[in-house]
Amino acid sequence: MEERNAIEVRELTKRYGGVTALDRVSFEVGCGEIFGLIGPDGAGKTSLFRILTTLLAPDGGSASVNGLDSVADYRQIRRQVGYMPGRFSLYADLSVEENLSFFAALFGTGIRENYDLVAPIYSQIEPFRKRRAGKLSGGMKQKLALCCALIHRPSVLFLDEPTTGVDALSRGEFWDMLDGLRRCGISILVSTPYMDEAGRCDRIALINEGRILGIDTPQGLVDGFDEGVYELSGDDMSGLLARVRAERGISGCYPFGAVHHVVAAEGFDAVAFVARIAAEGFSGVSMQCIGAGIEDVFIKKMGR
Amino acid sequence: MTRTVISVRELTKRFGDFTAVDRISFDVREGEIFGFLGANGAGKTTAMRMLCGLSYPTSGSGTVDGFDIMRDGEKIKRRIGYMSQRFSLYDDLTVRENIRLYGGIYGLGRRQTQERMEELLRRLDFMSERDTLVGSLPLGWKQKLAFSVATLHRPGVVFLDEPTGGVDPLTRRQFWEMIYEAAAGGTTVFVTTHYMDEAEYCSRVSIMADGRIRALDTPAALKREFGAATMDDVFRKIAREAKRI
Repeated sequence: MEERNAIEVRELTKRYGGVTALDRVSFEVGCGEIFGLIGPDGAGKTSLFRILTTLLAPDGGSASVNGLDSVADYRQIRRQVGYMPGRFSLYADLSVEENLSFFAALFGTGIRENYDLVAPIYSQIEPFRKRRAGKLSGGMKQKLALCCALIHRPSVLFLDEPTTGVDALSRGEFWDMLDGLRRCGISILVSTPYMDEAGRCDRIALINEGRILGIDTPQGLVDGFDEGVYELSGDDMSGLLARVRAERGISGCYPFGAVHHVVAAEGFDAVAFVARIAAEGFSGVSMQCIGAGIEDVFIKKMGR
Repeated sequence: MTRTVISVRELTKRFGDFTAVDRISFDVREGEIFGFLGANGAGKTTAMRMLCGLSYPTSGSGTVDGFDIMRDGEKIKRRIGYMSQRFSLYDDLTVRENIRLYGGIYGLGRRQTQERMEELLRRLDFMSERDTLVGSLPLGWKQKLAFSVATLHRPGVVFLDEPTGGVDPLTRRQFWEMIYEAAAGGTTVFVTTHYMDEAEYCSRVSIMADGRIRALDTPAALKREFGAATMDDVFRKIAREAKRI
């Protein structure tokens, strides 16, 4: 077979005592793909990363990276992958430069040999190369951690919640860096609790409480949403929420920024509904059909 | 006239020659949901620590629930509620033990703690879980409990530091409904978040960059002012100008 997957996960299960952290999870990540694991805390994302990076053994099923088994071939896998854990894992007492040299040395290489790969990212923190890692801001720590995970030229990169706690603008810049790495041929498995980042991935898996809720391209997932989503606004937003929830034939209504999202099966007559609640005294009501977003998909699949 | 619960003027905090918070001034009225946003490193945490009585300003002045942040830090700590995503409840204590602990910390008597605990457990429909370790509760339940515990002593203002970070989209929304209820009941809410859709739920929003407040108004007025369709766009426009990273 010519086209080998970068990652293959089959029926993977992990339990901690009575808690099932991963419940028969299966998916694959193609070479050169950015694959996103989208889900909240406690979904099982970190357990999955720890199994794939050979730091944890599964209780059932199998996982492979570059065709190598995560249990039998763990030594080979470790040389081929880069891992950025969710918690800051660099040495706070070492400088920026020392951290990077240390990680390069662990893999028997140096900064100079691989500088071209990390340069677009490292150049942003290089002015602070003598600063201790513990004294860096959150955004700079994140960039250094990414450089350290890349310095041995891994073919597969594992990023566990790299953008958690990072502001919206810096998050966008981080995803631009990942696009650059993909162009270098690196396959990336990345997790995030921010649903708005799903669109930056080639394909995503929605994960919650150890189970995969759906796998597809971001567009494929929203296209598969089989009900209508309406944007609703009016002068009395909290009154509208209660009123819409009491309406039969509506499967969901929840706040969505400045508007509410209303989910209703096909055949729902929005125009008649707006007229009816206006007659009941709701003023300034506007309702229009929009496409579903990833959060709408996630909320619906959670309810099943 | 609504009461002003938080009022700060020219509040400043320097660490050596670094000015973390640079002459910020604002008022928060009773029952408001005040969104406190900013890019990483903008000075939000430092400002919030001063408001909670955990750190003294270098200069400027302010009051929280009528107490002076320069002189009455200890009184302020007793008058406010605080909750963050990272730390709120003790995982290895049961639901009841956590409530009793916080009742004690906030200076409620035994009988008052008991009364409010029962009221809280009933309201959240938590009676059957009262002897469950908090660590084994689903995250959504934990967040709701943490918020209720943070307001157990009926504080004039509750500070929520990224309360919904890492929370699933459904629980996130249920959490905001709790915030609305509390605010409708007169509790003032001071909240930080990285979710820009949540900025839309606030009565007013302030956005910090490089230690200063760059914008402060209702979400609708901010969107008009910055010619932006969403709060996310407003935030990006301000954060892009920031020099600190």
